[in-house]
Amino acid sequence: MALSHLSSTRSNRLLRPLAAAASSLCRPISTSTEPLVIETSIPFTPHKCEPPSRSVETNPQELLTFFRDMATMRRMEIAADSLYKAKLIRGFCHLYDGQEAVCVGMEASINKKDCIITAYRDHCTFLGRGGTLLEIFSELMGRQGGCSKGKGGSMHFYKKESGFYGGHGIVGAQVPLGCGLAFAQKYNKDENATFALYGDGAANQGQLFEALNISALWDLPIILVCENNHYGMGTAEWRAAKSPSYYKRGDYVPGLKVDGMDVLAVKQACKFAKEHVLKNGPIILEMDTYRYHGHSMSDPGSTYRTRDEISGVRQERDPIERVRKLVLGHDLATEKELKDIEKEIRKEVDEAIAKAKESPMPEPSELFTNVYVKGFGTESFGADRKELRATLP
Amino acid sequence: MASVLGRYGRKWSLGCVSYHKNYLPRFSTVAHSAVPSEPIQQQQAGRSMNLYSAINQALHIALESDSRSYVFGEDVGFGGVFRCTTGLAERFGKHRVFNTPLCEQGIVGFAIGLAAMDNRAVAEIQFADYIFPAFDQIVNEAAKFRYRSGGQFNCGGLTIRAPYGAVGHGGHYHSQSPEAFFCHVPGIKVVIPRSPSQAKGLLLSSIRDQNPVVFFEPKWLYRLSVEEVPEHDYMLPLSEAEVIREGSDITLVGWGAQLSIMEQACIEAEKEGISCELIDLKTLIPWDKETVEASVSKTGRLLVSHEAPITGGFGAEISASIVERCFLRLEAPVSRVCGLDTPFPLVFEPFYMPNKNKILDAIRSTVNY
Repeated sequence: MALSHLSSTRSNRLLRPLAAAASSLCRPISTSTEPLVIETSIPFTPHKCEPPSRSVETNPQELLTFFRDMATMRRMEIAADSLYKAKLIRGFCHLYDGQEAVCVGMEASINKKDCIITAYRDHCTFLGRGGTLLEIFSELMGRQGGCSKGKGGSMHFYKKESGFYGGHGIVGAQVPLGCGLAFAQKYNKDENATFALYGDGAANQGQLFEALNISALWDLPIILVCENNHYGMGTAEWRAAKSPSYYKRGDYVPGLKVDGMDVLAVKQACKFAKEHVLKNGPIILEMDTYRYHGHSMSDPGSTYRTRDEISGVRQERDPIERVRKLVLGHDLATEKELKDIEKEIRKEVDEAIAKAKESPMPEPSELFTNVYVKGFGTESFGADRKELRATLP
Repeated sequence: MASVLGRYGRKWSLGCVSYHKNYLPRFSTVAHSAVPSEPIQQQQAGRSMNLYSAINQALHIALESDSRSYVFGEDVGFGGVFRCTTGLAERFGKHRVFNTPLCEQGIVGFAIGLAAMDNRAVAEIQFADYIFPAFDQIVNEAAKFRYRSGGQFNCGGLTIRAPYGAVGHGGHYHSQSPEAFFCHVPGIKVVIPRSPSQAKGLLLSSIRDQNPVVFFEPKWLYRLSVEEVPEHDYMLPLSEAEVIREGSDITLVGWGAQLSIMEQACIEAEKEGISCELIDLKTLIPWDKETVEASVSKTGRLLVSHEAPITGGFGAEISASIVERCFLRLEAPVSRVCGLDTPFPLVFEPFYMPNKNKILDAIRSTVNY
């Protein structure tokens, strides 16, 4: 016990020989913040800008945090899958597994005053912004303990304190909203930026181009992040877009193509992007990523792509496996420790689900709350205008 | 023009094919029963199928009978999210049945242009909740094209299909009923079927109608509603309401999935001695005022029910028109049993919906007024 206590301090270099000797008993996970420089999988592809360097500065603690966060997200999404099949989650459920590196890498380079706004595949983004597993599962199951009081569901997670503006059902609608957020940040001289995420399907919406023009015209600190998972629900990108180079779509707006399955590349790109927009106006980041599940739980995900493709990506490019290899390769933790982390996460997720199940459903009176601002006093008429008449609170 | 016709192999003009003879274009908003509605039940025997299969069959027939008809929308190529378009791309080719990018405004604008060139453009909007980016195109372009060009151009060949309505767990953006917004626009038609056999006939009529039509399909019934559907090509007249249940105490008017709920309420009311007449409006604009007026003149009471929120819903138009026409005959105020004035909720859906018990309560209070 004394050994593990000592080695969790920064002076673990001194204790390494001792630690190595005790490796078979318990080798502590490295929590060192010694800088480590790792190259991204592929260089960045720029459009009208100078790309950032491939060498990313990180440290063991950060890498292990990445591993833990992404494994938590993965476990959470898989648990949500089972809950949906057990009909505890109803409605529509869009899962993010495979794309975890995007939100984890993004969080690593920004703070909670920067705003993030995304579409409906938002469970992991919410977790990254500081949401708890309990809030997530409660909201998914429509309970009071959820982040939107159970009234939003899977597609509508929000967290005001952390600058997470949700959670939007209509494809592409969130991007012009992001422009508004960025304008407010610029006006208030916040030195913060907005990340507006959208998918490759949404990239063909007219409002995207309107947003690009507005943000470029007024030099807004907005980073438009296209999470390109190559399928707009059932339509492959080559069938929906003349130019699948989404990072070039901005034309006069610079862009950067990033390997979205490499969390370090994402971190580097977001850091670069934030610095860029605070000086020069908008930029587009295209994250080349992939989702293992179908578009939503109602979509098997195999009618428009082969199972070989899915398993191929899982073997070659899985974000969690990449970090696992890095951690093991740089000897920052052992296999067993990583497996222990995963076991711990599984337990956390199960506990959160159990607790969420205990949370009650919202009160029926909640049907009428938050339609208008509180105290507005209008009436909502019920079925026959006689029996039910509720004054909106 | 002739060269364009020649390119598509055969001449296309409305009325040259035998089964079109019964169908006359409508120019007034008043429905005349000059067109005899084909007694479909007496025709060739049908096959038992559900709503999406009936719609699929209708689309197959529409594309087969008219070489200048096209079906497109998001993900229609592999059959669509509700399987309404299965087999079409394989049978008619990718140049007639194709996927569009994710851009509703673009899809509908494109469809209007295609229709303006004398084609039958059947555009699919994946869920009626997503029709709003296209709302400007429908209201400002499609509805007014004929009017503002003085009859030179029209987009009559346009049909927009969209699944609408609650489905039990759809939440805010997969359950909306936006028919009321479109009923406020002169120049287009809004058609809503209640069952597979109705859907097939109404969809074929809508596609072949010379006015732009917005065709809402009740998504709850896609799999749930099963009945015998004749296999041949048949059309049902638009702007003609149908009395699907005869009665003498109160008239109930509805459309789409809501009718099955209303029917259950009618059966329950029957046990209490209240004889209900149930009318399926089928076409919301231009709607068949005569049939409803005749019915209310008989019963003296009216109840309208729809899933959309009550304020400003289409029930308000029916109520106002009938009160104008039948004021002295009415025994009780017109009752509207509709969705609540809130956004379509997620977990609260059972409270929001105008279910059988709410309708039953309203029937009783109207009859006992």
